[in-house]
Amino acid sequence: MAEAMGFYTDTTVCIGCKACEVACKEWNQLPAENGGIRELSGNSYDNTRRLDGIHWRHVKFVEQFSADRRDGRWLMMSDVCKHCAQAGCLEVCPTGAIIRTEFDTVVIQSNVCNGCRDCIAACPFGVIEINPASGTAQKCTLCYDRLQHGLEPACAKACPTASIQFGPLRELRERAQARVQQLQERGEARAYLYGADPTFLGGLNAFYLLVDTPETYGLPSHPRLPTRNLAFSALWSTLGAVVLGLLGLFSLRTRRDAVGPDETSSGTSGEGARHA
Amino acid sequence: MPDTFFTAAPHWRWLIVLYFFIGGMAGGSFALAALLDLFGKPQDRPLVRTGYYVACLGAVVSGMLLTADLGRPERFWHMLIQSERGLPMFKYWSPMSVGAWGLMLFGGFAVLATLGALHETGRMRWTLLQSLHGGVLGSLIAVLGGLCGFFLAGYTGALLSVTNRPLWADTTWLGLLFLSSGTSTAAALLMLLGLRRGVRTSAMVHWLSRMDRGTLLLELLALIVLTVSLGPALRVWMNGWGVLLLIGVVFAGILLPLCLEWRPRLLGRLSLPAGAVLVLLGGFLLRVVVVLSSEGV
Repeated sequence: MAEAMGFYTDTTVCIGCKACEVACKEWNQLPAENGGIRELSGNSYDNTRRLDGIHWRHVKFVEQFSADRRDGRWLMMSDVCKHCAQAGCLEVCPTGAIIRTEFDTVVIQSNVCNGCRDCIAACPFGVIEINPASGTAQKCTLCYDRLQHGLEPACAKACPTASIQFGPLRELRERAQARVQQLQERGEARAYLYGADPTFLGGLNAFYLLVDTPETYGLPSHPRLPTRNLAFSALWSTLGAVVLGLLGLFSLRTRRDAVGPDETSSGTSGEGARHA
Repeated sequence: MPDTFFTAAPHWRWLIVLYFFIGGMAGGSFALAALLDLFGKPQDRPLVRTGYYVACLGAVVSGMLLTADLGRPERFWHMLIQSERGLPMFKYWSPMSVGAWGLMLFGGFAVLATLGALHETGRMRWTLLQSLHGGVLGSLIAVLGGLCGFFLAGYTGALLSVTNRPLWADTTWLGLLFLSSGTSTAAALLMLLGLRRGVRTSAMVHWLSRMDRGTLLLELLALIVLTVSLGPALRVWMNGWGVLLLIGVVFAGILLPLCLEWRPRLLGRLSLPAGAVLVLLGGFLLRVVVVLSSEGV
């Protein structure tokens, strides 16, 4: 297996130019939404609005303004699939369409996916969606085809501020840690890394440098695997089935006792029953 | 805000709501029919056969609904066979994978049980089918099919819980809720079909009525525990969905039928059928509320 690769996104230098979105769409030949007739969001300067089957990169605009709009700040974050070390989508996929590659990234094989959409519900970040052109679930592949030929992903290549950095995870984490330290020394005490360590989901192969809470950026603070609920769900259901089975047996027994031999003798149906 | 609120909806809508309702009813019907088949009396046979017919029809419709809901319906078999290697595709930790196999097995047992029932009534006369009802093979089909039936009724709830969506993933009680609801709707449907055949006061309708009462109480208990377990995610139901749940499911679908079964004189001859229809309505609305309320977040 090749070395684990990933993205380190420094949100403090993102300028919201959306070059990454364009490069991603261009390289991966993703279709335009609504036939290219864009509907404006109406409540934001961001009109992409979300990651989905045809937007594998999305520059989030966090626009925080006072009511009179005299005071405000912009936060920008180029969002993408996190390529989790423990990936919920890969875990639940019933067709085996989602695989982990030799670069430790997570890829959906479009020729295998049947569009059941279990992965969409399982992803703790809301990254995956159906691509209407293929009818299958799609998301960032971390440019698997480019990686196989020694190229860096299109988004990282296009990013003009090096907000999106691509490379071996080990190197990226060191670089990110140094940047956090630098920012804190310069007075940005809120700077921290989201997903760089294995605190949740075994670590994210696409991790972020943030300067506010994860929720501010539309990220969950403690993303978890969907199978966390499996054992107890199965346990309660099994116990319920046992209770219902016993209820059925008990009520049949008491019915037999209550009705007694009269019922049997009055059984005139002539059915060839198992117990006849 | 709970972490589940940062996720995307899978667009499981009416086809899935219908599958959850029909699949649950089919599973419950087989389980109840199997209980009567194995431990009932000769006069229960018509109800046993009806239960198997309902299960068989439900399994077929369920498969069609699930296939139609796929983005690529022609690839439905990818759930069962690895498309590139030809080997079986099975993940015991993925409810959807286990469910695909469970539905297929259930369908197989339901078809076998139905063939046995048709032979029993003389509608199919192949001697080969005789072994499918009565005897060791018939008992085996009833036991395994019954277990698959309980599985089919309950796994759909577990499937929802093994996601990261609001409400669904915020509780582990959906499996039990759907299992009890599936069994109660099956008892109600079989009761209605039994009444239609003119078996008004027989012991089998009485038994179904008792089963219905027990399953409705279990359903109510599961719903209460589930609601408490939701914590902050309960906000998903703090709107019209919550009202529909209270009025359509709890009051009309559970409490009213229980009243009608305990006090059958309230509506006279109509008490039993009215109660059964309300249980069916409540079971359907339960799936509507659970599935669509989370989809709307």
